[in-house]
Amino acid sequence: MITLEQVTKVFNQGRHNEVAAVRGVDLTIGDGRVTVLRGPSGSGKTTLLTVIGCLARPTTGRIRIDGEMVSGLPERFLNEVRRRTFGFVFQRFNLIRGLSARDNVMLPAYPTGRPHRALIDQAEGLLDRFGLADRASLSVEHLSGGEAQRVAIARALINDPAVIVADEPTASLDGERVAQFLAIAEDLKRAGKTVLITSHDPRITAAPLVDALVTMADGRIVEASP
Amino acid sequence: MTARRTSRSPRGSTLAAIAVGSLVSLAVGLFAAASNDDPQPRRVRAAELVAALALSDVALFGEARYTRNPSLADLHSAFQDGPASLEHFPTGSLVAAPRAFPAGRLEAGKE
Amino acid sequence: MRAAFERRRHLVDFAVGSLARHPTKNLGLVVTYALVVFLVGSVMLYGSAIRREAAAMLSSGPEITAQAMVMGRHDMSTSADVAALKGLRGVRRIEPRLWGYLWDSAGAANYTLMVPPPSDAAHAVGKGEAIVGEGVARARKLKPGAMLFLVSPSGKFLKTRVKSILSSDSALVSSDLVLVEEADFRAFFELPADVWTDVAITVTNPREVTTVAEKAALKLPRHRFVTRADMSRTAEALFSWREGLTLALLAGALVAFAILAFDKASGLSAEERREIGILKAIGWETGDVIALKLVEGGLVSGVAFLVGVIGAWAHVRFFAAGLFAPVLEGWSTLYPRFPLAPSIDALEIATLAALTVAPFTAAILVPVWRTATADPDAVMR
Repeated sequence: MITLEQVTKVFNQGRHNEVAAVRGVDLTIGDGRVTVLRGPSGSGKTTLLTVIGCLARPTTGRIRIDGEMVSGLPERFLNEVRRRTFGFVFQRFNLIRGLSARDNVMLPAYPTGRPHRALIDQAEGLLDRFGLADRASLSVEHLSGGEAQRVAIARALINDPAVIVADEPTASLDGERVAQFLAIAEDLKRAGKTVLITSHDPRITAAPLVDALVTMADGRIVEASP
Repeated sequence: MTARRTSRSPRGSTLAAIAVGSLVSLAVGLFAAASNDDPQPRRVRAAELVAALALSDVALFGEARYTRNPSLADLHSAFQDGPASLEHFPTGSLVAAPRAFPAGRLEAGKE
Repeated sequence: MRAAFERRRHLVDFAVGSLARHPTKNLGLVVTYALVVFLVGSVMLYGSAIRREAAAMLSSGPEITAQAMVMGRHDMSTSADVAALKGLRGVRRIEPRLWGYLWDSAGAANYTLMVPPPSDAAHAVGKGEAIVGEGVARARKLKPGAMLFLVSPSGKFLKTRVKSILSSDSALVSSDLVLVEEADFRAFFELPADVWTDVAITVTNPREVTTVAEKAALKLPRHRFVTRADMSRTAEALFSWREGLTLALLAGALVAFAILAFDKASGLSAEERREIGILKAIGWETGDVIALKLVEGGLVSGVAFLVGVIGAWAHVRFFAAGLFAPVLEGWSTLYPRFPLAPSIDALEIATLAALTVAPFTAAILVPVWRTATADPDAVMR
């Protein structure tokens, strides 16, 4: 369970280009559920996602993950929380160019020190599961958008995190790919993962697997269900 | 899957170890090969000549008295055209003047 | 333990991958780096090899050399001076020497003409004979049995037949020597029979050199006495200036290298920053990222350093520092050709490493630290 209390995030604080992207958000994200943050671009949903995922610290407010307060932790402790808890699927995937799909998937597991052989097997197993077995050795810049996304999902899963965070996962996908993504999300949910998605894509927000829908506007939550 | 694995290039750490290892062994091999010919006999033969002819300096720079025999040059020869004259020979800037006044001379001067 | 090893190995894997992804840049860096190490290393190894060689050879030089001085200039010693030294206690042997410089316009070089002392049977020369050093033979294309003509400053001719050529083993000390017979020498330079260039003194007890020199100085106040210690001090100073000079020239290269290194490191490219952000976002620790960059830098500097040192060593060992020949030889026509045996001295290698590896590492560390400790979100966007 992740709880947010009065979380704000202000960029460029104290300067002329100061922007308050998130303004006083209270939110609870239940375990094993699919939660979607929805809202127009600029509504602060991506910023909120990075704050929840410990990629950025909130300017004020408190965040607890399973009761543990993480919002005040310095960066060197957040590393650990991030690796243990979250798997990220970024909007532009953020794969490392020049590396093969397999190496990209293995990357988050390097600091764990698991044996190389086991990592390869695990990475190839994940790629296989997403229908990318024949793409494992291909450098990621040669992959299509849908393939790259599935590599990114595989990468998010390699450390077996409790929470999968996906930012605008369907922004560049056609209908078939969206269905594929939803199927994967369904799988994750069945496996007991918490899934947190930002999207303004009706194909996602209207999907039956979504348990909670949170609507944001101008940095605030305007509607949350249930 | 097996076929794909065999086609994968070796691990980066293996490559790094091979590169550093081969450089180190090249170095060791070169030093070992070169140490086969011991410079000592050559030095001994040269030292015998030095003793026989009572030589005093190395024959590297023959262009001036004070570069050919710096230890036997008089102390002013580098400035024979005047104490502030610029060094004439390129090697003159490379051969240091004797660091100490020769022993015996100062003592003689005191007495 | 196993996990810690595997974790480091993974870092190295990734570091090698990162380097391989920018082959031109990193290869260029290795080459520049290796070149700097090569140049600085060559100078250091060459200087120390020559000093070691000179010290080994000159260790058997005359224990004391007595030299007459007039008005601060070198003058001839007389037979009377030699006789005065003969009575000194503690002196084993007195050997008056005859040698001098000759500008040879045919060879465009200065020779050192010398009369081998009577005690030296191995290099005894008869009238009209000469033994020449390796450099003289090279400059005049002489072989044993060939004729060597010399012209004195006053226009006198000396016609000699080359008896033998001194071994190139001793070229460092004998390259420009021309050994001739005493009567030939005196006639050539128009010297009276009772003068000598200087006097070599051998003492009975090597520990009494200073005492003997002091006593000799009392007997011959117009002479100065150069001990073997003075000579080896001179030999030690050899190339220390030269090295300094060459190093000063190389300092330019070092500065350029530092700028390059700093630019590479401080100007972390947008892509590198993004990569660091990604790695942190997917769970790498700050320490992992810094270790990664240090491994990258360490591989570049380590490989380049090894290549540079091996290259420098081979340059000195097999090519007698041939690239520096124009600088080293100056105007010396008879610069000796001789093999050098550079030795790898731990202190020298450490100095070299400190001059090159340290600035590089520092230039990497600072910007990476700054990037890696920031929020990944801020770095990635």
